[in-house]
Amino acid sequence: MTPFHQHANPGAQGGQYLLEVDDLQKSFGRHSVLQGVSLAVPRGSLFTVLGPSGAGKSVLLKCLANIAEPDAGRISFEGRTLDFHDPASRNPFLRRCSFLFQGNALFDSLTAFRNVALPLEQTTSLGRGEIRARAMEALGQLELGDYAEHYPGMLSGGMQKRLALARAIVTRPEMVFFDEPTAGLDPLRRNAVFAMIAKYQALVGFTALIVTHDIVEALVASDTVALLHQGEICFNGTPDEFASSAHPVVQSFRDSPAALRSTLDGLRRGEVAPEHS
Amino acid sequence: MVRSVGSFTLDKVRGLGDFALFTVRSLGAVLATRRLWARVARAVYEQGFRCLPVILIVGTFTGLVLGLQGYYVLNRFGSEALLGVLVSLSLVREMAPVLAALMLVGQAGSALAAELGIQRNSEQIAALDTMGISSCGYLVTPRLLAALFVFPAQTAVFVAVGLWGGSLSGSLLLGVDPGVYWSSVQRAVESGDVFECLLKAVTFGLLTMSICAYQGFHAHRIRGATGARAVSAATTKAVVISSIAVLVADYVITSVLI
Repeated sequence: MTPFHQHANPGAQGGQYLLEVDDLQKSFGRHSVLQGVSLAVPRGSLFTVLGPSGAGKSVLLKCLANIAEPDAGRISFEGRTLDFHDPASRNPFLRRCSFLFQGNALFDSLTAFRNVALPLEQTTSLGRGEIRARAMEALGQLELGDYAEHYPGMLSGGMQKRLALARAIVTRPEMVFFDEPTAGLDPLRRNAVFAMIAKYQALVGFTALIVTHDIVEALVASDTVALLHQGEICFNGTPDEFASSAHPVVQSFRDSPAALRSTLDGLRRGEVAPEHS
Repeated sequence: MVRSVGSFTLDKVRGLGDFALFTVRSLGAVLATRRLWARVARAVYEQGFRCLPVILIVGTFTGLVLGLQGYYVLNRFGSEALLGVLVSLSLVREMAPVLAALMLVGQAGSALAAELGIQRNSEQIAALDTMGISSCGYLVTPRLLAALFVFPAQTAVFVAVGLWGGSLSGSLLLGVDPGVYWSSVQRAVESGDVFECLLKAVTFGLLTMSICAYQGFHAHRIRGATGARAVSAATTKAVVISSIAVLVADYVITSVLI
């Protein structure tokens, strides 16, 4: 039994924080990805974990969503410690959460309607009529009602993202995990995706935990921002605090787009010589 | 040297244990998986109906060749009347269960491994896990249950068309009396032979579909390959291991029952 399974948290349910993480560690062979991550996600908030590519954001999210087993540390949901190997602890948690994958993870052999209805068919005892009504309601909320019989491959990238979100919210989860929801999208679509998440988070009322490296959109949409650097959380606060933080890692990460833009401008004007020319 | 042999052995034993757990978990998910029988029906269609043409073609030609070879061998001893015995017992006891299983592995097993490998790559399996849906129960259990129906049924079809093929070459082409052929078939095949045939078919079905599902389901664990190459490697491995497993299991069952 790993230390992850040994903790018991007698804390009361229904506190300020929906999800609490304490000293989470995860390694792959000799490569340590998470080195003691601790954070607390307030109920009903939009919480964003920022970090550069390869910082371990997706691994952190998969540990939090209980689909990857941490080596050590404790994860509590509503004050109850989760046990990765105990279905009695894990399954109720999974049914109250949803996960939106970076690549959407839609079932390409199922229509949009069947994709959305699947979690209801497999995890609830609802009748066919109720499942149809709820799936169509979720599709309608995401403006996909006319595409219910389309297969994911027939939809555009943005529509697939909305379909994945419809599937995520159809079970009326209390928490939704978003893994790089804007990866590979142009700036306009990035804005649209964050606006969509914020809109449905307000509409449906779930708690959102997003990992991304898109600073601008995250700062605009989030209630709380954390920065993951070298396997540790080096900043945790409001977007305003992030914007004014003097922490060197925050400064370096925060200023990176501006630094890149300035370098590119310089290169265009011929003021800065490329390093490997 | 000793370390690498030990590590290799431990790795294989761990793999066998993991495979056994995977199969047990998949069969154990029968009760926990909702709307299972609709998925079983679809799997029966995929494994059964789509593979039927291959079974018909291979079964016919196996019977034709058995009739041809059998006739010339028996002719040396003046025993052409026993052609039905030779064809029927060869088919029922050995050829039909083994060849039908190999054909089904080549068509349905490889498709299963590739499909699960792609679903693993595109995180569809992880998505099921995050929804609290048993990925084994949803994706693997219906295929294993379908194999329990499809393999014996396809083997029976193989035997039927094989016998017909034997009659075609023996009676129509080489002049053995059809009445003699079919009456020797009827006399030769006993209930024990049919039991052996069906036992082999069920065993091969469960074994090969489990192997193919296991390889596809764990395509991400293939060493030195990712993405499409991992799916390709998993599919190849599934077909090769399943084919070997059919022949090994055939020997074991035959040696126990004979």
